[in-house]
Amino acid sequence: MARFITERLFKAALILLCIAILNFFLIRAAPGDPATIMAGESGAADEVFLQQLRERFGLDKPLYMQLFAYLSSVVKFDFGYSYRQQVPVLDLIIDRLPATLMLSVAAFVISLVLGIAAGAFASARQGRWSDTLISTVALLFYATPLFWLALMAVLLFSVQLGWLPGFGYETVGAGYTGVRRMLDILQHLILPASTLGLFFMAIYARMTRASMLEVNTMDFVKTAKAKGLRPAVVQRRHVLRNAILPVVTLAGLQAGQLVGGAVLIETVFAWPGIGRLMFDALSQRDYNLLLGVFIMSAAMVLLFNLITDVLYRIVDPRIRVTS
Amino acid sequence: MRRTIFLPLIVSLLTGTALAEPAPGGVANLIVQPEPPSIMIGITTNAPALDIGGNIYEGLLRYDEKLNPMPSLAKSWDISPDGTTYTFHLQDNIIWHDGQPMTAADVLFTVNDFLTKTQPRHRNIMTRVKSVTAPGDKTVVFSLTGPFEPFIRALSFATMPIVPKHIYEGTDYAANPANQSPVGTGPFKLTEWKKGSYIKLDRNTDYYIKGKPYLDELIYQIIPDAASRAIAYETGNVDILPGGSVENFDIPRLSQLPNTCITDKGQEYNAPLAMIWMNNRVAPMDNLKFRQAVEFALDRDFAKDVLWNGYGKIATSPFSSLLPFYSKQEPQYSYDPAKAKALLAESGYDGRPLRLLPTPYGETWQRWAEAVKQNLEEIGIPVEIQTGDTASYNQRVSNWDFDLAFTFVYQYGDPAIGGDRHYKTSQIMKGNPFNNVAGYSNPEADALFDAAAIAYPASERQKLYDQVQAKILEDAPVAWLLELGFPILSNCKFKNVVTTANGISDAMRDVYIEK
Repeated sequence: MARFITERLFKAALILLCIAILNFFLIRAAPGDPATIMAGESGAADEVFLQQLRERFGLDKPLYMQLFAYLSSVVKFDFGYSYRQQVPVLDLIIDRLPATLMLSVAAFVISLVLGIAAGAFASARQGRWSDTLISTVALLFYATPLFWLALMAVLLFSVQLGWLPGFGYETVGAGYTGVRRMLDILQHLILPASTLGLFFMAIYARMTRASMLEVNTMDFVKTAKAKGLRPAVVQRRHVLRNAILPVVTLAGLQAGQLVGGAVLIETVFAWPGIGRLMFDALSQRDYNLLLGVFIMSAAMVLLFNLITDVLYRIVDPRIRVTS
Repeated sequence: MRRTIFLPLIVSLLTGTALAEPAPGGVANLIVQPEPPSIMIGITTNAPALDIGGNIYEGLLRYDEKLNPMPSLAKSWDISPDGTTYTFHLQDNIIWHDGQPMTAADVLFTVNDFLTKTQPRHRNIMTRVKSVTAPGDKTVVFSLTGPFEPFIRALSFATMPIVPKHIYEGTDYAANPANQSPVGTGPFKLTEWKKGSYIKLDRNTDYYIKGKPYLDELIYQIIPDAASRAIAYETGNVDILPGGSVENFDIPRLSQLPNTCITDKGQEYNAPLAMIWMNNRVAPMDNLKFRQAVEFALDRDFAKDVLWNGYGKIATSPFSSLLPFYSKQEPQYSYDPAKAKALLAESGYDGRPLRLLPTPYGETWQRWAEAVKQNLEEIGIPVEIQTGDTASYNQRVSNWDFDLAFTFVYQYGDPAIGGDRHYKTSQIMKGNPFNNVAGYSNPEADALFDAAAIAYPASERQKLYDQVQAKILEDAPVAWLLELGFPILSNCKFKNVVTTANGISDAMRDVYIEK
């Protein structure tokens, strides 16, 4: 196992390097550069001004030199300065990462717990009206655009009912501290996390249901039932345990998106996370910042893939891990 | 009967307003959109930076809605009879936010060293200035190379914000850490900036006007989605929506909310004017008849009433009507498809499809491009809309890679500062999206502009600007569309939300909450 993990980590580092190079060129392929954006924002500009900006950012040097300079600093864990904000990229990312992790982990847990529970429940009630209801609702959530659901949730729970705050990370200017502040943040978390979780919850529910129905027909389940085990125990110990593998696979994929996948939700709910940072960096052609976020998300994907593979073995020891 | 009801009411209103003292205290929640990279407005001058920075940094003067100068850092000023010497007397007891006294030396440093390095617009103004001197700690004298009447309107915080010499002298201005924690003289100080969430300013207790500002805190919320910003106002989390914070189509609905006040004042200084650049360098836009055909093909009433919900005003001149020296001249281009078709036939246009770039600033612009496409196709000009984000838009217009391109331009208080740059030959420069991008060039117009800039006094300038406006209308280098309306919405309990030509940007010192 240890050797497996070391080998995988080594490969991951190589992949990251390739991703950095690829992204470097992809970003430069987009029209416009940070200087044109900043000149555009200043409302007036001349050639001197643009030239000053490009020199300051090192954009006047040949592309291969820029790439080399970038890569040699990245291997030293120095992601450079954000052109626009004049702050180290790493500081910006670290500043925003907790908010995104909190949002995504909450969405992850909500979707996994509710999705599996709903799926298991539906499979036990196969053909009954509750099964149909769960399947229909899941299909609906799966098919509806996330930002629309988000806006509707805000309209209902914030504007109409006034139960939950509709945007932001905490109540600005309230000056809460300690437990009161935690509760406040939690309140703000509910809407974005549940909206973000809905899509995957729908997938997990349908997958768990289908998978459990399939396992239900297998011989070892019949044997277990014949031994006189209680139906609930059969479902939990024998069926669910075997049916959960495809869900774990998918959860691994979702976990990989923890960092970058929340752009829309963070925008609608004004959640100060990394998804928005990435989007802003893209539209401002803030190359260093954008590359930094890309590398960070790629690292997350690789890490969670590794964790998923290890989890496979824990869920089903018959699976052997090889790299 | 009616009189008996109304008279006491009027009396009580009059005495009420006469007696009401602005009460100190309270918090105003506003929107800033998008989040500015910095609010050091000596370096970063985009609209959101100015909205906040105008409360931190101040200029020598402020301007009322007619663009008449009012005191700011300068309490009074004299202009020599020949119009070449401007003497400013500074206020007493001005203190920087870090406690240092502010003096004439700061003004000299700002105009001679700092802004000439950081701001292209300031460099242009300084070409008219022979020298700046300080005969005393509180007096600054600008000697001009000749009369330049617009100079008096170039001294606002937006054009010439005064920055602290003791912090910036001898440093790399753009990289100075103070840019992140600005030190100004204004009524509010920056106390907290939670990136991605909010920017908080606190009352400057040492402000040189005793009793001002009234509010304790200003909180600028950063909400990236336009629909969410509208909801934030609706749910009472935000009190004041600066112009352009929400999509225009949400404004009629929001303005109906209880206790909501709406004003379109406060944009006299910027005077945003929307137009379509026609690339005059290439066929068919190099043909006068073709350009005029485009002018007559556009249904500006539809754009104003449907796309902009009735806000704004149809443009009738190369300048906005809010700009000094505006005048309505002939020819005027009203919607006339038949005339447009006739002109198009005369122009010998070959039917080649044209590329139209919308501005990348939201849905309204996208829809406007679609409406223009329809207008032009009705008279027989096929149009392809080419949408891009801000960076690609900027790059394409500054490299003249377009046929037709939407834009809206700020005019900065005077034709010689922000108005003529879109029409003068000397302002044709590749790589810049804010000058004469259309490539219009007419020696007669150039001569009139040059003479008008330095004519003295103002009445002489008016005559020249009347002529040049008629000339450019005739040449139709661009298609003028609308003087844009970006109304400000606010909770009515906030008073004095707009007191200057710069809108909420420098007005917060006067804002108070009616108890």
